[in-house]
Parts: sequence; structure tokens; C-alpha cells
Amino acid sequence: MKIVACVKQVPDTEAEVKWDIPGGKLKRDAMDCVTNAFDEYAIEEALLTRENHDGEIVAISMGPEKAMDVLRNCLALTVNEVKLCTDAAFEGSDTFATASVLAAAIKKVGDVDIVYCGKQSTDGNTGVVGAALASILGWSQLTYVSKIRSIDGAGKKIVVERAIEGGTEVVEAKLPAVVSVLKGINEPRLPNLMGIRKASKMEIPQWNAADLGVDTGKVGTAGASTKVVEIAVPPPRGAGEILKGEIEDMANTLTDKLIDLKVIK
Amino acid sequence: MANDVWVYIEHKEGAVTPMSFELLGIGKTLADGFGSNLCAFVVGEGIDAIAKEAGTYGASKVFAVDAGVFKGFRADAYAKATAFLFDKYKPEVALFRATSQGTDIAAAAAAQLGSGICSDAIGLAVDGGKLKMTKAAFGGNYTVTVVNEKSQPQIATVRPKAFAMPEQDASKSAEVVKESFVVDEASLNTKVLEFIKSAVAINLVEADIIVSGGRGLGNAEGFDLLKELAEVIGGGVGASRAAVDSGWITVDQQVGQTGKTVKPKIYIACGISGAIQHLAGMRTSDCIVAINKDPDAPIFKAATFGIVGDYKQVVPKLIEKFKGKLGK
Ligand SMILES: Cc1cc2nc3c(=O)[nH]c(=O)nc-3n(C[C@H](O)[C@H](O)[C@H](O)COP(=O)(O)OP(=O)(O)OC[C@H]3O[C@@H](n4cnc5c(N)ncnc54)[C@H](O)[C@@H]3O)c2cc1C
Repeated sequence: MKIVACVKQVPDTEAEVKWDIPGGKLKRDAMDCVTNAFDEYAIEEALLTRENHDGEIVAISMGPEKAMDVLRNCLALTVNEVKLCTDAAFEGSDTFATASVLAAAIKKVGDVDIVYCGKQSTDGNTGVVGAALASILGWSQLTYVSKIRSIDGAGKKIVVERAIEGGTEVVEAKLPAVVSVLKGINEPRLPNLMGIRKASKMEIPQWNAADLGVDTGKVGTAGASTKVVEIAVPPPRGAGEILKGEIEDMANTLTDKLIDLKVIK
Repeated sequence: MANDVWVYIEHKEGAVTPMSFELLGIGKTLADGFGSNLCAFVVGEGIDAIAKEAGTYGASKVFAVDAGVFKGFRADAYAKATAFLFDKYKPEVALFRATSQGTDIAAAAAAQLGSGICSDAIGLAVDGGKLKMTKAAFGGNYTVTVVNEKSQPQIATVRPKAFAMPEQDASKSAEVVKESFVVDEASLNTKVLEFIKSAVAINLVEADIIVSGGRGLGNAEGFDLLKELAEVIGGGVGASRAAVDSGWITVDQQVGQTGKTVKPKIYIACGISGAIQHLAGMRTSDCIVAINKDPDAPIFKAATFGIVGDYKQVVPKLIEKFKGKLGK
């Protein structure tokens, strides 16, 4: 079984956000970065699949050179191979361009059965790359996956649970499939010291636009169909009211105020 | 037709809720901005009634793709139908709710058309003949406004409850256009085996009232108290990640960056400190109540009303008062 895990480097949610305002982009290089939280579940699921079904894992990331760090972390977690898709032309890619680059990389890896992605990134929050990837590849689109029930490599089938509004949907799908996973699907492990040491010396192979056969006019800022026109800080919430007095009085006042909103029936 | 604004009407095997028609409200505003028509589209099996109902919420035309293969939502099938419609009618704007269904279909259809997409929009406006789409980034600490200059339609998924519900008017009706489009079952990749209904009755994303608990509850029993309060005021129960990770409540109730984004009219946070990742999921709620024993907890900065105190004393008092005042 050949498994791909797509991982993205994102700014640490605690870090100070630095914008390139005229460019409408993040200054990713200037910020503290981590592996996207949802992708940790994707990597873990890839590791679990390999444990249960044999095979190998290729972790792929698209990003600047700095994104090597997240792939090094994947190596420390013992994935078999990593590929960094990096090219000046990729900078400023929108979701479609990102999915196109990842799709090209997945095709280049070849014979892939399952692609794991995180549900969404914590920086862009779009949550559409997994679905777009499946659509571009023409593979099964399995989003919001909260559990893998079974994988039948020989029969080219997978059964998953999707946590959607109102309940859980059990879906059977053909392989290859793109599976985007939710928090809770597993408990991501941490790399051990030996893994980290080994990974620190490993080479991170890079693929650029030419290697991937990607048309540079269709990716990055040049290809993006959405353009950022404004970045703003939302107006702060109006100063709140801290209630004073005995619990009895505060509870009395608060319940009055909430009932006045005419939402509670 | 050119400039028309299209809204996708979601349903679950033919069942709709008023929220399914939610985007016809903002859709109408945008169509007026473009001087064009508001249209709706539905994909499914046996969807005549839904198509008609969309008319009562303001759509002037409803496109319906009705065939057995579309019974039950499947992203690939529905996205193909959607791409077919967009290709044929070339709408200017297409709106989907940012739900699992809306996101799945919008993302796949956009990819098939090579279109851009703005997801989880919280602001939409027509400005100089262009659609400006605003979304939250970085846990809602920033808003980013984008325009789509290259592709048509301009596709956006829209955060549930970000815009007001349209009024239903039974005297209004739409022209229903039936499209005979089908896909071959063999070309589809997925099959739904079953749907297991959640034991939790209230879907947090749609809830008007949420009572949420955090690490400060101290144990799983704390949630029993919150559930009681939620029941009295007709709300759902949410949680911080710390409470979920402690195993006190299930992960589908987590609110925040790695959980759900909610926008209730009333959000009551009990024993939640107000970390940026939690705020990311609830800061656009209309009224936020914070109950926390630490007066310096950051949640108070986001709160409309705050009570500094132990939830174990405050919440039972609230239950008692609500019961009395609501006659329950
Ligand atoms: C990548 C990433 C993603 C994350 N995603 C999410 C997410 O989706 N959702 C989320 O919630 N968090 C998320 N977090 C975690 C977040 O950073 C916080 O750790 C978490 O929200 C804290 O939960 P809490 O407020 O319940 O706990 P704490 O921060 O420990 O706060 C507990 C609060 O309870 C109060 N308290 C204690 N006892 C009482 C009492 N008896 N009565 C009243 N108040 C009391 C305390 O004063 C304190 O303010 C994420 C973190 C990361 C790094």
C-alpha cells in the first residue's frame, strides 16, 4: 500500500502574525512556524495504516524552503520518504493552485492508494484543499473523516466514518481515495530521540514546478483567481459588563438580561 | 444568466430545515447590487417541493436536477451536477453554506471548473460591480477581503448564521426549471452505507443558545449541571478543547479552531479561560456570557456579561432563576 500524507507548515497560532500588506500575503519567513494541527492527525493515520496494512508513506508539503522543518518532523516520525514542493512560482497560490501542485506531486509519486490530509489549515482556514485534490485526481473524496473502519488493499476499497451535521455517515469508497481527517480520529504520537537525530541528517528532496510539470502561469500569485484587497482587524467587541454583587443578585440580573434578548423561549 | 446570483439549497435525502434557505437572504441583497436575479438550485431525488419552497424564500428561478442517482448526498455526484449547471448558465456568483455538504460540493465543483473559492465567508458585498468576500483568518484575529477577478462563477461558502434569515412569503413563487442531467452510477466512487444519528440532539452550528464548559468544570459531572441549564433555556452543550481532551465530553462538541465554529445568539462560557483558539470558534456570537472564578481570565474581554465566581455556585442559581422566570 502506498500512502501519502499532505502536511502544511503554518504560523504558530500563538505567534505574532506578520503581513506583507501590499502583497496580501503572510510573511511566512518571519514567523514562528509549526505543523498544521490537523495534519498531525493525518500523519498519525498514515502511520497507523502502514502498521495495519504494510506499505510505505510519502509525506508531501508545498511551501517555502523553511517548510523542510515539518517534513523533517515527518521523517522523525519514521515516514519512508518526503518531498518538498517548492518554487518561487508557487508563492501566493490559492486553494486550487495548491491542490493542483499537490495533485501533480501525488501523480509523480505514482501508484498511491490513500492520501491523508488534515481537515483544514489553521492559518488560511479554507478546508477545501482535500476535496479539491480528490476532485482534480478524480479519486474518492472522503472529508470530515472521524474513523477508518476498514481498508481492503487488494479489493481497492475503504470504509470510513464521517462526522457530519447530526450524526455519523458510514461510507464505502473506491481506492485511491483522498481522506481528510478530523481531530479525534487518533492520538498523534511524538517522535522519539533516535528518530529526531536520524531525521536531522537526512536530505529533503525538492520538486520545483518544472519537476512537477506544473504550468507556472497557473499557480502562485499569477494563477490565483482570488486577490486579497483588504486585511483588517475586526472591531473589538464592545466593552462588556461585569456584574457585581452577591451571586443571588448577579444571577437575577443576568437571567433578566438574557430573557430580554428574546431568544430564550 | 449573466450576473445572476445562485444559491445552493442543501437537504438531507429530501428533508430541509428553514436554514437550508438561509442564503437566499444575502443572495437577494447581492442580486439587487448586481441588478440581476436571485436563483436557487437543488440536486437530489424527488425535490419538487424543495424547489417550490425556495420560491417562497425569494428565489425567482429554481434549477432542479432530479434523478435516482442523486438520492442521498455524494460529493462527486452533486459536484458534477453543479459543474454542469454552472457551465450551462454561467451565474456570476454561487453561494453554499459552509457546512460539510456545502463545503464538499463547492470545493469539488470549483476544482472541476478551475475556479477560485472563498470559504467560510462572513461578509459579502457588491462594490463597483464586483463581489467582495470577507473571511476570518488566524482565529478571527484578522479579516481578509478578497475579490475573484478571473473565474466565473465567484464561489463562496458562507458561515452559517452570518447573515439574517430571509422572510418566508407563501404568496411568492419561483419558476422551476428541470434539468435532465444524470451521472452513471459506475462512474461514482462512493456509496453511503448508513447514517447513525447523533445522540446529541442539538447541532451546535445551528444552535441559537450554547452553554459551554472548560477545564474549570473540574470533572465530567460538571457537564451534567451545564446540560441542565442548557435544557432549561433550550440550548446545546459545547466545550473547550481542554474539557474534550480530559475525556469529559465528546469531540464533536468542541468549539474552536480545531473544533466547530459557532455563532449562537447566546454563548455561555463556564470555566473557560478564553484562549485565542477557543475564541476563534465563538467570538462572533451575538451575546457572550463568561462565568469564571479568575477576574483576569481573557474570556471577560470578549464577554458581553461576566460573572466572577465559581460555576458550581453560579450555574445552579441561574437554573433556579430561569426556571422561575420562564415558568418551567
Ligand atoms: C493548534 C491548537 C488548536 C487548538 N484548538 C482549540 C479548540 O478548537 N478549542 C479550544 O477550546 N481550545 C483549543 N486549543 C487549546 C487552547 O489553547 C486552550 O488550551 C484551551 O482552550 C483551554 O481550555 P479551557 O479554557 O477549558 O482551560 P483553561 O485555560 O485551563 O481554563 C480553565 C478556566 O477555568 C477557570 N476555572 C477553574 N475553576 C473554576 C470554577 N470552579 N468556576 C469557574 N471557573 C473556573 C479558570 O480560572 C480558567 O480560566 C488549541 C490549541 C492549539 C495549540
